[in-house]
Amino acid sequence: MPETKPVLMQGNEACAEGAISAGVRFYAGYPITPSTEVAERMAARLPDLGGVFIQMEDEIASMAAVIGASIGGMRTITATSGPGFSLKQENIGYAIMAEIPCVIVDVQRMGPSTGVPTAPSQGDVMQARWGTHGDHPVIVFSPSSVYETYYLTIAAVNLSQKLRQPVILLLDEVIGHMREKVTIPRDSKLMVEKVSDKVPADWKPYDEKGLTPLVPFGFGHYYHVTGLFHDQYGFPTGDPPQVERSLDRIHEKLEKSRDEVVLTNYIGHKEPRVVIVTYGCSVRSARAVVKKAYWNNRQPVGLLSLQTLWPFPDREVKELAKKADVIIVPEMNMGQIISEVERHVKGEAEVIPLNRYDGEMISPDQISDLMGRWLS
Amino acid sequence: MGNRQEILLTGAGGQGLILASIILAQAAVNDNKNVVQTQSYGPEARGGASMAGVIIDIDSIEYPKVVNPTVLLCLNQASFNKYLPKIKQVGECVVIVDSTFVSGPFREEYKVQSYPITQMAREKLGKEVVANMLALGVLNAATGLVDREIFRESIFELAPKGSGELNQEAFDLGYHLYEQGSGRDVGQSAQTNQ
Amino acid sequence: MAVIEQLTQDFLRTKKLPHIWCPGCGNGIVTAALVRAIERADYDQRDVVIVSGIGCSSRAAGYLNFNTLHTTHGRALAFATGLKMARPELKLFVIMGDGDCSAIGGNHFIHSARRNIDLNAIVVNNHIYGMTGGQHSPLTPTGKRATTAPRGTLEREFNLLDLARGAGSTFGARGNAAQPRQLEQLIARAAKHKGFSVVEALSPCPIAYGRRNKLGGPVDMLKNMKESSISIERAAGKEDSELEGKTITGVIYQDEVPEYAAEYYYSIGKEIPVNTGG
Repeated sequence: MPETKPVLMQGNEACAEGAISAGVRFYAGYPITPSTEVAERMAARLPDLGGVFIQMEDEIASMAAVIGASIGGMRTITATSGPGFSLKQENIGYAIMAEIPCVIVDVQRMGPSTGVPTAPSQGDVMQARWGTHGDHPVIVFSPSSVYETYYLTIAAVNLSQKLRQPVILLLDEVIGHMREKVTIPRDSKLMVEKVSDKVPADWKPYDEKGLTPLVPFGFGHYYHVTGLFHDQYGFPTGDPPQVERSLDRIHEKLEKSRDEVVLTNYIGHKEPRVVIVTYGCSVRSARAVVKKAYWNNRQPVGLLSLQTLWPFPDREVKELAKKADVIIVPEMNMGQIISEVERHVKGEAEVIPLNRYDGEMISPDQISDLMGRWLS
Repeated sequence: MGNRQEILLTGAGGQGLILASIILAQAAVNDNKNVVQTQSYGPEARGGASMAGVIIDIDSIEYPKVVNPTVLLCLNQASFNKYLPKIKQVGECVVIVDSTFVSGPFREEYKVQSYPITQMAREKLGKEVVANMLALGVLNAATGLVDREIFRESIFELAPKGSGELNQEAFDLGYHLYEQGSGRDVGQSAQTNQ
Repeated sequence: MAVIEQLTQDFLRTKKLPHIWCPGCGNGIVTAALVRAIERADYDQRDVVIVSGIGCSSRAAGYLNFNTLHTTHGRALAFATGLKMARPELKLFVIMGDGDCSAIGGNHFIHSARRNIDLNAIVVNNHIYGMTGGQHSPLTPTGKRATTAPRGTLEREFNLLDLARGAGSTFGARGNAAQPRQLEQLIARAAKHKGFSVVEALSPCPIAYGRRNKLGGPVDMLKNMKESSISIERAAGKEDSELEGKTITGVIYQDEVPEYAAEYYYSIGKEIPVNTGG
């Protein structure tokens, strides 16, 4: 892949650039710290690309506008932070139900409520999973570097299109705001995975047989889009078997694509005794520790970083639990993903929390101190 | 981690430290190094105290925050008071202050280097706003973090349109200031400097 | 009538009928007026999109044979804004109820007006939340009863068109279900107007509103609606005292102001396709 020279780029800017590389040409948003740079970058870039940038009257409208534009056939993204993410939830549920692709970026800050707007946090992990009401499938990515932000945004856009499913990107203030050296491939068109634009003769907007492309409005397919439970043609139904089938169907489409959706990365010892499982900016601290302990000192330690938080990487964690005595879960919250780790480890290894929620990153020292205790 | 340089640029909002940190970081990128830049956000960055951190390393950089500064730049008294105590390796961390605004106290073991940064920008270049680039000149001359020519080009690349040459001139003046030795290890002469 | 049959076949999803509305409801009349107005405007069926919110009248979208988008409560205009910006060549009709549009959706309503984006808002005003069983809305007149105002609401109501015009809307009309031909014409004129158009369609809700306020049955309500209306042309030159208790119908305002989507596309140097083809 042809590459340009490395540049210094901010996480939020990389998110915007990733979206553009993946063919996103529509942004609707509302200003909120610490996500505003995504909007500012899109406002600067989209007009020249023939795209649409619109600052909406509120967070709810931003989410709605993004869904509306997706139905019009554009690839879309919106960005926000905790308070705005709360406001977007109802319409995120709508997009899940109506199977409208879109990408929602939440640059996490300290909460609850207005909290500390400029301090990092990883407190929205459960909100990303269960923020909207009802049983629903979600895809949530959480990058740990500026470059990872770039390529996970691309993956988010493409998966969202393919599965007709909203994808949430959980950044945090550290990743969103820091600048890092990145190398962005030159030919951005390579990043757009083309979704089939051929409409089969027997096309149904919500085909029970499986994945079916979204045919944008305005091309003579007069189907209905609604947040109500609906039949294969989109029309409302309250028929119990059909309701159940519908709900199963939107969950199954993720399960069938599990390998594409669940992304993790392991570094360290092949037979680790102590494993760290973490995500987002906490990966940075953990990697500093594991690199030193394993690469320099050959200690039996490892790090599983989760690019995908939801669907939870259950198999990967279970595999490690068979080998490791201890799993340490550092999180910048009071313990969110750890309950999921425990649920899948099922007592096969000891699961130890490491929580920090004072608005500062977990330091490498905190991790190595705890790790050292279990290694000795 | 032996190559890891942690640079803290501190001062008041409006002194151009954030831009300086971005230019330093970009210069390091252009010099083929790994870099992470972070900064203080919120209202304080626009009016009150301002702080930016730049980490430069040959190896990949994991933890992105400054914990053990190896270079500290203070452009005002408040930041000097606040950040000097953060130094862990006293005597090894390069400390550069702007004598226009920082009057000490300069304890000997810190080996503080003091230069009339803003004053020179005002007197020699007629523009206080380029004090940040002058500071970068002094800083790079004192530390050799980035190749000088690459740094100059990076300044031209990132400076606001039309101000590239002026900013390069300020950077060179910083080198000049350093080479002249107007900076002193101890600050007792800082006052006489003004 | 052959024309009507043809319209029914083309523009209605007859398989989805009968509709869910109560006997005596005005929603069917308003929906029919909308269908005839679309026919009158002579749009390509492919270019027409019906967007709606949540409430009784918003269910109309499901019965209309176009691309139809039944959104979340109050947010129809925000969805429509996104769609219009993505596909400015499409013709959007946004059906909302009074509560949907002016309470939970009030913010989107005034901002759509402020942008003057080319959407046609059809606000079916029955003065009540019908689907949830008769709670008062911002368009329930002061003193009228509702399940949540059992002694009559103390709140003042919005004048929807004053609100819209004050916020920047450039076309406002009022009609009612008792005079469907006029309503059809008003919607057709709104459709042809470039900018944010609001058509307030007064509509009877005998079950949740009329009964509780002793307004009689469906026929009485329609009759009363007709008799208390006066067209803006006939109202001209009349004294205020003569107009007391009357509802003025017709095109209340129409201004020529640049339209947002067209301005945006012009500003980025991109042509808006005339029609979508496909």
